[in-house]
Amino acid sequence: MNGYGGSILRVDLRQGTYKKQATPDDLARDYIGGRGFGAYFLFTEVPPGADPRGEENKLIISSGPFSGMMIPGAGKCDFTCKSPLTGGYASSSLGGHFTAELKYAGIDSIILEGNSPKPVYLVISDNKIEIKDAAHLWGKGTIEVEKYLKESLGEEYQVIVIGPAAENGVAFASVNHDYGRQAGRGGVGTLMGIKKVKAVAVRGIRSIPAADLQAYRQAGLALFKACKEAEGLKPWQMYGTTIVTSWCDEVGALPTRNFSAGSFEKGETLYGPVMRKEIVITDKGCFGCPSPCGKYSRAKKYSAYVEGPEYETIGMLGSNLGIADIQDVAMANRLADDLGLDTISAGGVIGWAMECYQKGLLSKENTGGLELNFGNTEAVFTLLKQIAYRQGFGEFLAAGVKQAAQKLGKGSDQFAIHVKGMEQSAYATHNATAMLLAYMTCDVGAHHNRSWAITYDLQVGRDIVSPEKVARIIWLQNFRPMFDVLGACRLQWVELAIDRDLYLPALEAITGIRRTWEDLEKVGERIWNLNRLYWIREIPGFDRTWDLPAPRFYTEPPASGATAGQITKLEDVHRLLDMYYEQRGWDTNGRPRPEKLEELGLTAFAN
Amino acid sequence: MRLYANSALCTGCRACLAACSLNLFSQTNPKMAALLVLLHFPEPGEYELKVCTQCGECAAVCPTEAIQKNANGVYRVIPERCDLCEACVAACPEGVMFVKTELAQHSWKCDLCGDCVAVCGTDALWIAGEEVAA
Repeated sequence: MNGYGGSILRVDLRQGTYKKQATPDDLARDYIGGRGFGAYFLFTEVPPGADPRGEENKLIISSGPFSGMMIPGAGKCDFTCKSPLTGGYASSSLGGHFTAELKYAGIDSIILEGNSPKPVYLVISDNKIEIKDAAHLWGKGTIEVEKYLKESLGEEYQVIVIGPAAENGVAFASVNHDYGRQAGRGGVGTLMGIKKVKAVAVRGIRSIPAADLQAYRQAGLALFKACKEAEGLKPWQMYGTTIVTSWCDEVGALPTRNFSAGSFEKGETLYGPVMRKEIVITDKGCFGCPSPCGKYSRAKKYSAYVEGPEYETIGMLGSNLGIADIQDVAMANRLADDLGLDTISAGGVIGWAMECYQKGLLSKENTGGLELNFGNTEAVFTLLKQIAYRQGFGEFLAAGVKQAAQKLGKGSDQFAIHVKGMEQSAYATHNATAMLLAYMTCDVGAHHNRSWAITYDLQVGRDIVSPEKVARIIWLQNFRPMFDVLGACRLQWVELAIDRDLYLPALEAITGIRRTWEDLEKVGERIWNLNRLYWIREIPGFDRTWDLPAPRFYTEPPASGATAGQITKLEDVHRLLDMYYEQRGWDTNGRPRPEKLEELGLTAFAN
Repeated sequence: MRLYANSALCTGCRACLAACSLNLFSQTNPKMAALLVLLHFPEPGEYELKVCTQCGECAAVCPTEAIQKNANGVYRVIPERCDLCEACVAACPEGVMFVKTELAQHSWKCDLCGDCVAVCGTDALWIAGEEVAA
């Protein structure tokens, strides 16, 4: 099967057995790979109403047809499951080298089924698959375990691993890889911990077949050439995602003290050039990446090595917690990585706790003596560990900010910054209606990568509420996730602005199937609607209220910074939603209409 | 002419390996590449590139004369002459002479095609004459 490993590996963890099936042709045609495979398997195989922490939930790990090929950034790996954090659809991706290696072993997706009675790890050595006892690895940090597995199995093995946070059932635990890449969102690591799978190591020696080798080589070289000639290449290589930190601070998009503002008065201490000068030691690329955003750092103050911090972590564990020293942020990042915590959700939940403390809703009696003042770095370090081990006050935060605010009450849900139970990533959305709508309607909760529209707000007017703005969000949501479906990074298109049409001849030469971006966006729309149906199926009473942002964004204008005094009115939030639903072909409660489902070939999936 | 590498610029992405196998073997399989990316992680956090310098040690020890210098000064393997003795592998000072019988029934090495250079986004690899050593 050209462009594919050719098989789906199913591991029954309860029985300790596995089987391989051929990757179905129609699945490749309709869902292509990556996030598409994940969405399909989740909807069709995890029964309605399944307990996210129960035996029936599955962790689906998928590559795409570009994974492992000579295509820029062809290292994307998708993790899909029913979310232990939100109870809805979860999909999170990491870069690095795992899916490339998986395809060299002839595998497109791994589906982890059932829960193992004891800790195990999987070793895939081309055709040979072993489920091994992980008693000696359980309880250990992600970095130590990855190092151990690479040393004992061989450097060529690519490893995904969970940390103590996942073992202990923290709802926002990550899957880690390559000493610093994470699939962090929605608790995909949590599920791996529930299944008691400490790690998966893979090595393959096979070639990935392509339909037309010469055309593929030419198309691949043309993509790399475009990247190398792009004007944005050098600055992006220098700073990676931290290139936006200063810009976000200037325009009021840098989350500051639990999103109470979008500009940080000490923001300059966290900017890209400061980080580059103070801590970065090497640039680190995912598979086939000509424009590596990965910055590998050493925080001298702590003698700590860490990949990053990248922008999201700087926002969430830096300015959002009032921390103004890049070395402190790097150390918090290192702790979160080793413990296996999503830095975004961790920063969200700690930021909320700090605001509760500031407002007197929590005191030292509640926090076990921790003084949770904004800027208290040591308290952040302690709390990250307490969350991962669910000890002390950490237990209160381990289920995520939505649950914590429900438990505490006292009006603290006003500033619990999440959508659908997922903590918002690092773009403050005061008076930024496109980005706000992007977060409100994102298919996993408040995450930015499906539709990153903050620059668009600045371009067209941040307070504008118009059908054109809504159409832009929908287009981004249908288009951008296709990179996760194809198995390549979107940042060559986003940041280097290469012509997206360059990917089409490569896809055709690899798979032998000619597709236009119009076709691909239709696949994106199909997946988006399928995921919407999943939320409706799994959440009783799911309606438009689930698409509302944190109340802060329509009730409390920031007191300072670039967006001081600015707010989006609730009335406009609802206007945005009405326009969005109409353009999506959904009803007023955000349910896809029968005509839309028919158009997308999803009628059989209707509830 | 030969291939040069600056490990300090390498980001470990392995695009070069994919490009190498595609040109050398018409296959997408980094384990069939003729250069190496070594990792030194999590500490000290460095990548190390190993490339063919066209030094000719492999040809000098080959008992079947399966490695021949062409008009451009590039040593190339003549597959049908190779008897898989691995003398070249032992002789290569950079560790970039390969025999892996599960993948190919002859030895292989860099033929200076230049595709690795074409895909390297950080200019960690380049081709030049002996006079441009860095």
